[in-house]
Amino acid sequence: MTPALDRFGATAICRFARILTGARALWLGGPPTAGPRVYYANHSSHGDFALVWACLPPDLRGRTRPVAGLDYWDKDPLRRYVAHRLFRAVLIDRNREGRKDDPIQQMAAALDGGDALIVFPEGTRNVTDARLQPFKTGIYWLAAACPDVEFVPVWIENLARVMPKGRFVPVPLLCTLTFGTPQKLHPGEDKDAFIARMRDALLALSPQEM
Amino acid sequence: MSPSAQQQTLDLFIAIGLVLVVATIAGALLKRYVAHGQPHGVIDNLNARIKAWWVMVAVIGLAFLFGRAGVMLLFFFASFAALREFITLTYTRRADHDALATSFYLILPLQYVLVWIDWYGLYSIFIPVYAFLLLPIAGVLAGDTTRFLERTAKVQWGLMICVYCLSHVPALLNLRIPGYEGRNVLLIVFLVLVVQSSDVFQYIWGKLFGRHHIAPAISPSKTVEGLAGGVLSATILGAVLWWITPFNVWQAALMALAINVMGFFGGLVMSAIKRDRGVKDWGDLIEGHGGMLDRLDSVVFAAPVFFHLTRYWWG
Repeated sequence: MTPALDRFGATAICRFARILTGARALWLGGPPTAGPRVYYANHSSHGDFALVWACLPPDLRGRTRPVAGLDYWDKDPLRRYVAHRLFRAVLIDRNREGRKDDPIQQMAAALDGGDALIVFPEGTRNVTDARLQPFKTGIYWLAAACPDVEFVPVWIENLARVMPKGRFVPVPLLCTLTFGTPQKLHPGEDKDAFIARMRDALLALSPQEM
Repeated sequence: MSPSAQQQTLDLFIAIGLVLVVATIAGALLKRYVAHGQPHGVIDNLNARIKAWWVMVAVIGLAFLFGRAGVMLLFFFASFAALREFITLTYTRRADHDALATSFYLILPLQYVLVWIDWYGLYSIFIPVYAFLLLPIAGVLAGDTTRFLERTAKVQWGLMICVYCLSHVPALLNLRIPGYEGRNVLLIVFLVLVVQSSDVFQYIWGKLFGRHHIAPAISPSKTVEGLAGGVLSATILGAVLWWITPFNVWQAALMALAINVMGFFGGLVMSAIKRDRGVKDWGDLIEGHGGMLDRLDSVVFAAPVFFHLTRYWWG
């Protein structure tokens, strides 16, 4: 496969995701900027990372890599192609025992290389009634490893509004991705305080709180 | 459509095409000699807008080829896209789901069916009366009283703006004007051309001579110079287009003036809502312009007034 074909495939996926959901991006925390940053978002659907990726300006998209589970994306050649070549995903092994690479080091290496990352700190998809599940601690260890990197909260809204639990007719609303104010690890801030602050910054973008 | 109306529509589309050719060349020259091929906010946006105009003119032209059905479908989809943008930016709760589904799947199509079958007595009151009373009933049955009046009012407002008002554009096809049979599609051309050219003229006059802001709290781009120059230019254009309408020259000018004034305030009202919601555009459906509602805000406010003025004096 040639790079041109990869780019075409990636663009096609973006177009499809945007047409299907009508997704639009609101940059409330300032305009998008290039360079190493971490976009962290709430996670309710398999399409989430494609949607975040599709909503970035095209020139930033090429330098932004989703962080995804190795167990899911390494299963067959097609998924491997999509993950490695189209999205240049950073695949991490969620199985603590017996993993070769340390996920934090993998992510830090990508940031050092000048790329941005897309992460979902809830760890798994949210199928509960809560707006947001508790965060895993990985986001803190990443911030501790890269204290200069900005963390941009991204609230993905409306997939739940389109078809609430217990209803069978979807309402054709547009999905909105709200990009908030970049956050950094404060000097001396401990793990729980940082994670709580990051979670609040993300929740503050949810329209129910607005 | 009568053969003479067909010929006039074709002539107008050719004229619009020529204007767009000139605009495209001017945009390319600006990009090359003023922006020196580098990224430039205003010029890039201008070129994106011109490109989008080509697409919009092509879509409208295609719809006209299919006659009445094409025009109805075009505005049905425009209403759908507009309502989608409006409700997306509106606060709703899970309990509003039935009211929203009813709006999208029942009220919106039914309004256009009523316009299609020309049932004036019903399509002119369907949303202001029946939807107005039925939607809060659907909402109250869901049993959630939180911000109930606010939620109900906003869904109703969205339907009025995006469906009711906009459906008055295809409703122009229903007017029976003695001596103007088979030419009604030209009323749509007149309305859309005058309103949209007013937006374009305001943009140009504002960019060239704009100094004094009209409503800095609402829209940073609207200036007194832009408004005066834009409305005057578009009114003159309306007068020049008198030959496609049932009006004489000064009637066409007054109609165009009414359309432009309503259109201007429509844009201002819709900007206030956007400002309140903290967004710059309603969507990003149309590159360089924003969403469907960004392009149609002035049409929405002008259409019912133009429809009733024409119906009252000529229909």
